[in-house]
Amino acid sequence: MIKTDVLVIGAGPAGLFAVHQLGIIGLKAEVVDNLDKIGGQCIELYPDKPIYDIPAIPECTGGSLTKNLLEQVKPFKTNFHLNERVQEISKEKNHWKILTSKNKTFIAPNIIIAGGVGSFEPRKFSIKEATQFENNGVYYSIKDKNYFKNKKICIFGGGDSALDWAIELSKFAEVILIHRRNEFRGAENSFKTVKKLEKEGKLKIKTPFQINSIEGQDKISAITIKTEDGKTEKITTDCILGFFGLIMKLGPIVEWGLNLDKKHIPVNTENFQTNKEGIFAIGDICTYPGKLKLILSGFHEAALAARTCFKIARPNEKYKFEFSTTSKKIQERLGLKKDK
Amino acid sequence: MPKITYIENNGTLHKIEVSNGLTVMEGAVQNNIPGIDADCGGSCACATCHVYVDEKWFGKLEKKESTEEDMLDMAYEPNKFSRLSCQITVADELDGLVVKMPSKQG
Repeated sequence: MIKTDVLVIGAGPAGLFAVHQLGIIGLKAEVVDNLDKIGGQCIELYPDKPIYDIPAIPECTGGSLTKNLLEQVKPFKTNFHLNERVQEISKEKNHWKILTSKNKTFIAPNIIIAGGVGSFEPRKFSIKEATQFENNGVYYSIKDKNYFKNKKICIFGGGDSALDWAIELSKFAEVILIHRRNEFRGAENSFKTVKKLEKEGKLKIKTPFQINSIEGQDKISAITIKTEDGKTEKITTDCILGFFGLIMKLGPIVEWGLNLDKKHIPVNTENFQTNKEGIFAIGDICTYPGKLKLILSGFHEAALAARTCFKIARPNEKYKFEFSTTSKKIQERLGLKKDK
Repeated sequence: MPKITYIENNGTLHKIEVSNGLTVMEGAVQNNIPGIDADCGGSCACATCHVYVDEKWFGKLEKKESTEEDMLDMAYEPNKFSRLSCQITVADELDGLVVKMPSKQG
């Protein structure tokens, strides 16, 4: 069981800045995120795409923004629980009991939900048979690439994951890369490599094709693919990999008794508290009149939510507003040298 | 005001007046038409406002930008008439436009 002042759900920019705002007012936080790395949508969807509307940063990328936020929260030595999803929450006396998908229990008076648009899940093949063979021939991620050694593999998709895995797996497996159109959206260099490998006969590319059916009894024996005009082709294969990007699902959050407006959580704009005391929602997941889904709004929301977290976590102390430029306490918490 | 026809996957038809300047996605969301999620709010960053544009209308729309085509890779069962409805802006010329929703968005 882990006791903390605030459990932050989501390690995107809003969650990270919440850790900072909590840290400088003296609150401890633990962060849980379903993804395998820190950064949320910034890292998962657009690590290299430029962002132009972070105040005082004319241009950065999702990757560099995350790196800087992590640098900013470093003094607080926060624990990040990645690859882990918050499943259940329940109220116990004055605090919340939080249970994760890895059976970890947290006890905290406050929860800040900075969950973006929910948790990411891979988008799957739309044909029925794909469900039947999921994890037995149909895969959406690769845990151990050795499993695919010397196998016949069809990789579907046109983004970086599809290209990167086609390149990697072609070293020791028979790879066919299949995409719905002739253009690939993945990095140009990867596409060049794939084209080169095709020329050298190390992998095959088939476009514009989409999956049509899967054949096999206990395991996959073949698939058919088709073009828009109905031309089909049969391919014998051992397994198929789908890399169609991620979709967002709100997940277990819907079962926590919070008010919901479509896929968003309505909050009070004074402190970004939800309808439950001690549960806050910030960033893309919250909604209120005038809400803008911008990273900068998430930062503002984090700052305000943190102050009410303080009042709940330290009911007997008085919260005092201080500037980081002048506050000795804040500077101590940031690990800066004390004045001589 | 241009009239846009939205057809749900189960065949239910919605004929709605949508103001010029709004997107086809906004027209649906503001009128609570089911079948268009628009998770990202209209910034061409997801593929949950995916529609199939009626064959007769498809060629009359402005061409897709590459970012839209990229996002359509992630749409549910895209075909050659697929568009993201947040990228189609309603104008007088589109009076009578017909779009169909896929069986699901996610």
